[in-house]
Amino acid sequence: MEKLIYADNAATTPILPAALEAYRKTALEAWGNPSSLYTLGQKAKEVLEKAREEIAACIGASPREIIFTSGGSEADNQALRTGAYLGKRKGKTEILSTAFEHHAILHTLEDLGKEGFTVKLLPVGKKGVVEPKVLAEAISENTALVSVMTVNNEIGTVQPIAELAKICREKGVLFHTDAVQAVGHMEVDVKAWGVDMLSASAHKFRGPRGIGFLYARRGLVLKPVIFGGAQERNKRAGTENLAAIAGMSVALREAVSNLGKDREKMISLRERLIAGLQEIPYSCLNGDREKRNAGTVNFCFEGIEGESLLLLLDEKGVCASSGSACTSGSLDPSHVLLAIGLPAEVAHGSLRLSLSAENTEEEVDAIVAAVKDAVAFLRSISPLWESLETGKKEHWLKK
Amino acid sequence: MLYSEKVMDHFRNPRNLGKIEDADGVGEVGNATCGDIMKIYLKIKDGIIEDVKFNTFGCGSAIASSSMATEMIKGQKVEDALQLSNRAVVEALDGLPAHKIHCSVLAEEAVKAAVKDYYDKNKIPYDPELFKESHCESCEACK
Repeated sequence: MEKLIYADNAATTPILPAALEAYRKTALEAWGNPSSLYTLGQKAKEVLEKAREEIAACIGASPREIIFTSGGSEADNQALRTGAYLGKRKGKTEILSTAFEHHAILHTLEDLGKEGFTVKLLPVGKKGVVEPKVLAEAISENTALVSVMTVNNEIGTVQPIAELAKICREKGVLFHTDAVQAVGHMEVDVKAWGVDMLSASAHKFRGPRGIGFLYARRGLVLKPVIFGGAQERNKRAGTENLAAIAGMSVALREAVSNLGKDREKMISLRERLIAGLQEIPYSCLNGDREKRNAGTVNFCFEGIEGESLLLLLDEKGVCASSGSACTSGSLDPSHVLLAIGLPAEVAHGSLRLSLSAENTEEEVDAIVAAVKDAVAFLRSISPLWESLETGKKEHWLKK
Repeated sequence: MLYSEKVMDHFRNPRNLGKIEDADGVGEVGNATCGDIMKIYLKIKDGIIEDVKFNTFGCGSAIASSSMATEMIKGQKVEDALQLSNRAVVEALDGLPAHKIHCSVLAEEAVKAAVKDYYDKNKIPYDPELFKESHCESCEACK
């Protein structure tokens, strides 16, 4: 295989060496149980609280507003269950979210639906951006909670979180955002945004796996989803994964301190990538052209299927992902691409490339060349492409 | 790995890839909504499949399944090609992941559809039972 070109940073990121070092140091030196009274335990407790302070500072929160979880999924589960529980106590049983959330949200909502909550998923339009007006009109007397992701993980569109949160606040409705793709990648300020809860995951910003956090604004009492101990002020039982927490703190501080510099570089790479891929006929960039994060590029290529494209790219050392049904283990193409109005046959031919500041222009050019070759080959053997080219079937995308 | 070496070999180096302009039988199965379409071309002489080519829109295992199926029927009698089962294709590929079995079903159906087209074109009588559609029914579009 040729040199690896990693372009799947929305899936996970390589751990930052300094984060790994903090992990190692903490695991070796601060291995006591933070709940223990003796000095070794209290030393661990200090590491824990220092990390909490540092992480809180990165998102404009106070330390008491952060609880550590096993990752973004757990944080999402707990946020939704909290919102549902608090709403129910006031007699409100409706939860609003969007059609293109991560499954950590959608599947939890499905489960809450079985428990008697009414779940409504707002449309996200062709551009993959929630319109504040649509939310304002959807909120009812019965709405307990609204959850909208900050950045969509597949197409990279950025949602108007501050505006959405404001609407909720004015109507007395709790607002949560799954910011797993945003924290460490853009400026996040929970106070300026006015969100009640926010989820994050360390391995998306070069921290360790299996660790994340949930922000809950002061005064909002989280409902535990894991019981069994008094850790995290009774909100999340289980001996703290201290080494991972220390690693996450280092990774987040590093990511936040490099935001401006990295962003500029990534946008320039992203634009180069988009320009290159747009040369492929009958392709489209998915998601709003402007309201997008720095690194994510999602394209559809008509007449081909995404999994075979990924396999061919892998042969060239390019790591990418697709919203094709065949890659997911399910039989339906990406719910995100269907939510922005693409027909299934076009969604099957999708490709997500998510860059980092570590990528180079040479790598972007190599990706574009590899994608062009692979798409051309797959089209040359595709009966669907033949039907499109001979006019038996109409093109859905523009040339 | 998701796929066996055999599957990857047939994906990387598909056998019998292409079209036959003056084919004696052509079969196309699957649909774009499901994400896979296979088209098989047969050249038949004296009841023997002299040449076979395929084109496929689909995932790696769909391309590998059609490649393997064409290899298995090339040089065979037409009646024998009709006996090709999706299971035989899966076995020849050293297995497929459970959610990819439908790719082998499509390959079997594509071969049958091409033979049926040959029979129809040449007015060769056949038992319609042989060509009863056995859709995989694994996704909404086929149900």
